[in-house]
Amino acid sequence: MSLTDEQIERYSRHIILQQVGGAGQEKLLASKVLIIGAGGLGAPAGLYLAAAGVGTIGIVDGDNVDLSNLQRQIIHHTADVGAEKIRSAEAKILAINPETRVRTYKQWAKADNIREIIRDYDFVIDGTDNFAAKFLVNDACYFEKVPFSHAGILRFDGQLITVLPGETTCYRCIFGGPPPADAVPSCSQAGVLGVLAGVIGSLQATEAIKYLLGLGDLLTGALLTYDALSMDFRKVSLNRNPQCPLCGDDPKITELKDEQQILCDPKNCEC
Amino acid sequence: MNLVVNGKNTDISDSMTVTELLAKEDVKMPQMVSVELNGQILKRSEFETTRLKDDDKVEFLYYMGGGTCL
Ligand SMILES: [Zn+2]
Repeated sequence: MSLTDEQIERYSRHIILQQVGGAGQEKLLASKVLIIGAGGLGAPAGLYLAAAGVGTIGIVDGDNVDLSNLQRQIIHHTADVGAEKIRSAEAKILAINPETRVRTYKQWAKADNIREIIRDYDFVIDGTDNFAAKFLVNDACYFEKVPFSHAGILRFDGQLITVLPGETTCYRCIFGGPPPADAVPSCSQAGVLGVLAGVIGSLQATEAIKYLLGLGDLLTGALLTYDALSMDFRKVSLNRNPQCPLCGDDPKITELKDEQQILCDPKNCEC
Repeated sequence: MNLVVNGKNTDISDSMTVTELLAKEDVKMPQMVSVELNGQILKRSEFETTRLKDDDKVEFLYYMGGGTCL
């Protein structure tokens, strides 16, 4: 594959980077990234990856756009309220970069569908919004040996880690499994500063591009935490956990299963 | 004695357990925290029994969902 004149112009700020060059740009164009969840984190990740020229972008989301999403899910616009998130996201990605090949999956990530989707991709962005899905993405990527970026946001804080399954610290190495249901604050208590999703989702896209190009040092073996109020970024080194139920010495999890979804109390829930 | 809690030096007068440190640091929901001690993740059942020593490095790692529905 060689770059067209239009591509050379479009991607010129990448191509003049010595570490990317024409060869790196061609690599991006031949790469496939899957975004699970077209929400707060997936929105900036999808837009930047499309702009960067990642050739194939998959989007998994079973939801429709709600007015309350627009405060942070910048891939969706006011006119999209009520539309399927996959269609809304696809339209913005193609508007930024019409040569992107977008594959959409109108479904919630579950144990019985996610492995076969993941295995077609080079890298996965976890943009999901609940613990059951986050553990599912971690486990599915482990079984399929596909690297991914995990991230979470809450109130004024965010965190992320890149996982090379079987080689570096995974989400279960740190947290084991979902928190006890009665410990989880209900949705109405769990606000989030919208721009936080932009910061953390953009960092996830950075990791994807670094991985695809083999650039620099990935955020593996360390959780990056961001506190927007104090403007502190901290990298907390985390070794692999020999007692990890998934990738430890004596794994308890040997096949993909759905964790129980923790449901909020519908009386105070706005989701 | 001195502990390094989330990267900050913290003076404590007496030896305490991880559970006691979580309370002292005003962690409202200890069930939503994973604890790393000197590079190793502690089992939740060890919070109560693990006594901290001078110069221990402790990290509290918080569960974070996605911002809409946890
Ligand atoms: Zn693990």
